[in-house]
Amino acid sequence: MENRNAIISVKNLVKNYDDFKAVQGLSFDVYENEIFGLLGPNGAGKTTTLEIIETLRPKTSGEVTVDGFSIDKDQNAIKRIIGVQLQAAGYYPNLNLVELLELFSGLYGVNVKPMEMLEKVNLQDKAKARYKALSGGQKQRFSIATTLINSPKIIFLDEPTTGLDPQARRNLWDLITEIRNNGTTVVITTHYMDEAEQLCDRVAFVERGQIIAVDTPDKLIDNLIAGGFERKKEVKKANLEDVFIHLTGKEWRED
Amino acid sequence: MQTPYSNTKATLALAKASFRSIMRSPSAVVFTLAFPLIFILVFGFLGGGGTKIDVAVAPGSDLQNPIIAALEKIPVIRLTKDDNLATINKGLEKGDFDAVIGVEKNPAHVPAYFTNVKYTSASLDKGNILKSVLNELSYNLNTQNLKPTITEIRASTVNGRLYRTIDFILPGQLGFSLLSTGVFGTAFVFFSLRQNLVIKRFFATPVKRSSIVLGEGIARIGFALLGALFIILIGHFGFKFTLINGAVTVINMLVLATMGVIVFMGFGFVVSGLAKSESTIPPISNIITLPQFLLSGTFFSIDAFPTWLQPISRALPLTYLNDAMRKVAFEGANLWDVKHQMLIMLIWGIGIYAVAVKTFKWES
Repeated sequence: MENRNAIISVKNLVKNYDDFKAVQGLSFDVYENEIFGLLGPNGAGKTTTLEIIETLRPKTSGEVTVDGFSIDKDQNAIKRIIGVQLQAAGYYPNLNLVELLELFSGLYGVNVKPMEMLEKVNLQDKAKARYKALSGGQKQRFSIATTLINSPKIIFLDEPTTGLDPQARRNLWDLITEIRNNGTTVVITTHYMDEAEQLCDRVAFVERGQIIAVDTPDKLIDNLIAGGFERKKEVKKANLEDVFIHLTGKEWRED
Repeated sequence: MQTPYSNTKATLALAKASFRSIMRSPSAVVFTLAFPLIFILVFGFLGGGGTKIDVAVAPGSDLQNPIIAALEKIPVIRLTKDDNLATINKGLEKGDFDAVIGVEKNPAHVPAYFTNVKYTSASLDKGNILKSVLNELSYNLNTQNLKPTITEIRASTVNGRLYRTIDFILPGQLGFSLLSTGVFGTAFVFFSLRQNLVIKRFFATPVKRSSIVLGEGIARIGFALLGALFIILIGHFGFKFTLINGAVTVINMLVLATMGVIVFMGFGFVVSGLAKSESTIPPISNIITLPQFLLSGTFFSIDAFPTWLQPISRALPLTYLNDAMRKVAFEGANLWDVKHQMLIMLIWGIGIYAVAVKTFKWES
């Protein structure tokens, strides 16, 4: 890939909780306008790392800059140029989607038309619905809509596809790719390697609070094969998910 | 490049969202409006029925005479014989006594007795009942003993304001409404916003913490005042609740209500911080609200409580809110007249917010 500017730069990031070392000297860069995946098992420190970059959690030590702003000094400047989707976050009770988006535009201090935001994530039919009444995929798409309100330079998505059915998952991939194509940098965490392989431009593997590999999915696979690795089972031209999509249809299910 | 961030806009957006949410929350509407209104309805109608006429016997009155004896046999009349004049007059003004009666021997012997009755305009309806009771009684007595007319009724009326049950009950219910919306509402909202990571998501936006608290506060105070206004108007137009100075009285009551709900919200912040789970909020809140509900003169005057209980009553903030509300509504006191009550609420407010700052949690 051509010359890349780092929009996020993390250097020697450390986070300790009492006696537990959640993040131990992480360093990586996220380039402008890419989909960057943080991969790794539960408890590896992915969410902690994201939340430190998002200014939601204090770090123990290290340096993080986001679009030139330091997380030590310019938290508010950073908050204004990022969009954040939290794992399992809820929304203000008793409000419908339009009202929630009005609330968020007030919180970000921007003027957006709620219906336009809902159109972006294909939820215009649910304008008057409560968040709780949405299906899993709809909830995630709505969460993504709230991250786009302030036209951010970077959005952070923490496990957005966990628990979704294959159609909803693919639908979300399309949405995320579209957001990236419109010029937004995307940082995403996931447990699904097929997702990372298809969606991410580059991925970092996190293990026990450290980065053990960063590169494009292609390169990482090539490196592994070059090292003599071979799958035990011969790869077929389709997998079971392809069968699932083929049999049940590709179109988006509303519920 | 970017427009400056507006904290006011963020605060108002939160206030609007919160207000919408409160209006759609069944428990908020039930506690703030339905419960107090039900009590007001019940007591409003109770106050009208089951008439008993309270008649004080004037000090110095002759007691051994056929008039008193006859009155004692009439079930609708309750005679009080041993009160002093000052108490009786106060009672008359408030309508605790419906009339005072005094019987004196006539030195001229015909008629044998004079019966002096003083009615009060505070309960003219009951006075009228008494009047006809006495008329009938004197007619009977006078026709029984044909020779001398036993007595002659000489009546006069003192001026007192009509003090109805609603004048006591409504301020108490208003106080209760403010207490529940302040404590329960605030505790539940902040607990659930924290638990469901709604606040955490807010923190990912440039909004200030003070805006979150302020926005919630504005919405809750607005809702509480709307509820208070609704209760006052229903009371006034439906049950003749006394508003001595009309709109001015209502405004003074709303100022007191604002002060009350701000103090009670402080309890709510403390509860939201102490609660470990959603199910522990009601018991903790009840520990705060129930004693005040029962001991702060919501239903009965705290003067009616045993003496050992009264100091407890007089320590509670709701006691002073109720007291101030009644003084303002019925006696026409202005806010300066109830500065003592307001000062005690202020002290409670400072104390409870000091605790809230220590116990409140933004994140679990």
